[in-house]
Amino acid sequence: MPQLTRAFIKISFIYLLAALLLGLLLALRQLVSLPAFLTAAGPVYFHLFLVGWLTQLIFGTIYWLFPAANPPRPRAEKWLGWTALILLNAGLLLRVVAEPLATLRPGTFWGWLLVVSAVCQWLGGFAYVAVVWPRSRERTRKRRRRSQEAV
Amino acid sequence: MPPLSIWFVRTALLYLALGFTFGALMLSNKGVPYAPELWRLRSLHIEILMIGWFIQFAMGVAFWIFPRWWQEPRRGDERGAYLAYGLLNIGIWLVALPPLLGWAEPIVTTGRMVEVAAAIAFATHIWPRSVGREG
Repeated sequence: MPQLTRAFIKISFIYLLAALLLGLLLALRQLVSLPAFLTAAGPVYFHLFLVGWLTQLIFGTIYWLFPAANPPRPRAEKWLGWTALILLNAGLLLRVVAEPLATLRPGTFWGWLLVVSAVCQWLGGFAYVAVVWPRSRERTRKRRRRSQEAV
Repeated sequence: MPPLSIWFVRTALLYLALGFTFGALMLSNKGVPYAPELWRLRSLHIEILMIGWFIQFAMGVAFWIFPRWWQEPRRGDERGAYLAYGLLNIGIWLVALPPLLGWAEPIVTTGRMVEVAAAIAFATHIWPRSVGREG
């Protein structure tokens, strides 16, 4: 399993744990009074699950499972893959902090941090698409075998 | 990877890029409001990422990776999977566009029905392939 895959998968499970804990806290708000920061974290909860856990679990698995690009470009893939991981996680962590605070204090510095978070996640997503697009293809080995069979 | 899986996966990647773009626009607008109408992209953002990215990607990989038969056609009757690809992508837009364009609610219901039909079509293809080595 490549190092990038392991990083994506391990990080994704940390997010799963964080999402479940946040979900538990959000459920407790019916029973106990929570800080306003936490009560404004509803969208963060969903994105920890869907971007932090599920999307990153898929990203990691794809990187491992899909055939190599043809022609091979291991350096570019590695660079783009790690860039995607760093940007996606930087963006998501910024969101975790900035979104509840920007909701509670609109028009402050936190709002601009949310813009930075959006740009980081967007670039991270596109970097990953750039890694995977050329790898979603038929395996060369099979194509060769087929063309040999045709002959 | 068979051609249909390439179609599923690449379409899913396009939806991923589109969904992330809409998400980034809405999130940045939440931080520093510049275009309140961007919030109307919410239904499109959710539909595109949940069905267009997650479900479509899962279908593409399942079609590729599930057990194949020893004899041709190795993936069995593929018509259900092809039908699922078409129906799913029609359904996504029938569900996602009406809230954005102010179209009537029955179009969304129709879209959901088309998505259910896509799921059934895909299940009819993949069900017989969900087997162990002993068959």
